[in-house]
Order: sequence, then C-alpha cells, then structure tokens
Amino acid sequence: MSARTLAVFIAVLAVIGLLGYGLLKKSSDSLAIGDPIPDATTSLPRLDGGGTGSVADYRGRWVLVNVWASWCVPCRSESPTLERFYAAHRGPDFTVLGIDSNDLSTDALDFAHRYRLTYPQLRDGDGNFAQHELGTTGVPESFLVDPQGKLVVHSLGPVTDRYLSSNVVPYLSGRASG
Amino acid sequence: MRRALLAAPPLLVAVVLLLAAPVAASSGTMANPASPKTTLPDVEDDVMCPVCGTALNLSSSPQADRERAFIRREIVAGKTKDQIKSELVAQYGTAVLAEPPKSGFDLTAWLVPGAAILLAAIAIAIGLWRWRRAGRSGGPPTAGGPPLEPTDSERLDADLARYDL
Repeated sequence: MSARTLAVFIAVLAVIGLLGYGLLKKSSDSLAIGDPIPDATTSLPRLDGGGTGSVADYRGRWVLVNVWASWCVPCRSESPTLERFYAAHRGPDFTVLGIDSNDLSTDALDFAHRYRLTYPQLRDGDGNFAQHELGTTGVPESFLVDPQGKLVVHSLGPVTDRYLSSNVVPYLSGRASG
Repeated sequence: MRRALLAAPPLLVAVVLLLAAPVAASSGTMANPASPKTTLPDVEDDVMCPVCGTALNLSSSPQADRERAFIRREIVAGKTKDQIKSELVAQYGTAVLAEPPKSGFDLTAWLVPGAAILLAAIAIAIGLWRWRRAGRSGGPPTAGGPPLEPTDSERLDADLARYDL
C-alpha cells in the first residue's frame, strides 16, 4: 500500500468515524414500550443534596419517573397531581421519582418546596440522562417503569388525574401487565 | 431642674444618634451589594441556553430567563465572569459554555478544525508544487487536441475575422 493510499484511507476512516460519533451522540430516540431503561444505574445527585440515587435503586417496584424543571410552566399544574397520586399509591410496590432536568438547583428546591413535593427527587442538571438515556424531547415527560426495569407507559406533556387513573393505576392494581 | 429634664430628651436623642451612626454606617456597608466585576451581556456572550441550543443572548425561553436571573444574582454577589461561568457549569454541565473546554474529548473541537486547515494547506501546497514542476518539465503550454485540418483552420480564421472588431 502506497503512502498516498494509506493517507486517503486514514482520511476516509477519520471522516466516517466523526460522522458515526456525531450520529451516535445525537441518537436520542425515544424509548419504546417494553425497552429496558438504558443505563438505569446512572448515579444522579439527589435534589436535596443527600447523596446520589438512580432509577435502578427502585428495581422491584413500579416507578413513575417524571422529568420536570422549575421553569416549565405545565410542570406547575402537573406536580400537585403527581404528589396526590404518590400520597394515594406510595408503598413498597410503587413510587414516583422526579428527575429535575436542565435546571438550577436553587430554583428546583424552591419549586419542590412551593408545591410540597415529598416524592424522591434526583437532579439531572445538564439534562444528559433525560435526553440521552430516556430520550426526552422536553419537559414534562413521564415514564412508568415496571419492577423488572422495563418501560410500560410513556407520557409526553403533563399527566392528569384522569390519565393516571386510566393508564397507570391498572398496572399497579394488577389489571394490566407490562 | 424642670428645664434640665425638658432639655434632656433632645440631648439624649443626639447622643443616641451619634452612637448609632457608625453602627448604621457599617451595617449599611454590609447591606450594599459587592461592586460588580462583570456585566450580564459580557457573561451572556460566553454561555448558552442549554435547552434551546442557542447562545443565551439570543434566547428568550423560560429556561434562559432563569439562567439570566441566576447570572444577575451572581453579578450582584460580586463574582467575576469566570466564577459565574464555573457556577453555570456546576449547574448545567459543560454544555452551557459557548466555547467547548480546552481539555478532554472537547479538545478535539479545537484541534480538528486547525488540523483540517493545516492538512488542506499542505495538500494545496503539494498540488501547486507538482503543477509548477509539471509545467516546467513539459515546455511551453500548448493548446490541447489534435491539429486542425486545413479547411477547418481556414474556416476558423474566417469566423474569427468576422468577429474581429
């Protein structure tokens, strides 16, 4: 192989490599129903500053993962709904898990305090976990994850009491299966 | 005695005011914000709105508004531009910086364009050098193609003469 061929080969390989990296980095396809939550063990800081946590910490329980931000207007109406739902259904088999994304921690804490949110909260300040692992395109988005860590329900936009009753409760009560 | 008593309150007030003045002055100093070391537009130029993917000074989204409020608070607290940028990175990650950091994988964002320009310049230089060498070794440049037939040559001359102004 001549030096020129080698140089061309390396240049082509470099271009393909860069294109591939770009595609992989941008590939934030939304999760499909039945998919396991990718990198569920990713450790995120808890919003209250008390250590770290991950979606995988709740393996064995139904988890309603809610991605939100304090600057998100629809999240203001959704959060009290989620808090009510958490209060009504929390237990060894279910929890709501908030993931504060692309947000300032002080704003997020103020928000959680204002809406008296008591369910666990993780902080995804740079939004990497939400965007690249969960494939979110905005906030709020919610994901019901089954005890095996697979996605069973995905909601774009704010959830309502009615939505939760018809789409989440059947799984928790055993009337629907993942 | 009575006059002394009547005169006492203003005197007392004056003494109290005199004593309180330094305290008020010092507490006033503490309440004053630190002198600003940068400005909002100066910081805005260097950071992004991570949600919008645009420079902060071009964004008017709710997230950008909160980011601006945060920057204003930091400016009032007397932080420098670099300190504020560090605080923003702590909040939003390195994606908040308009320019990628010059370390780790992000360094490639700085190196690759430079290397590409350098390679292109080398390729152009080599190409020019070869072209000039080929020109020198091949003698004077000639028109390409086979020689014209005499009839075609006459026709060409006639045509050129017709358009000769």
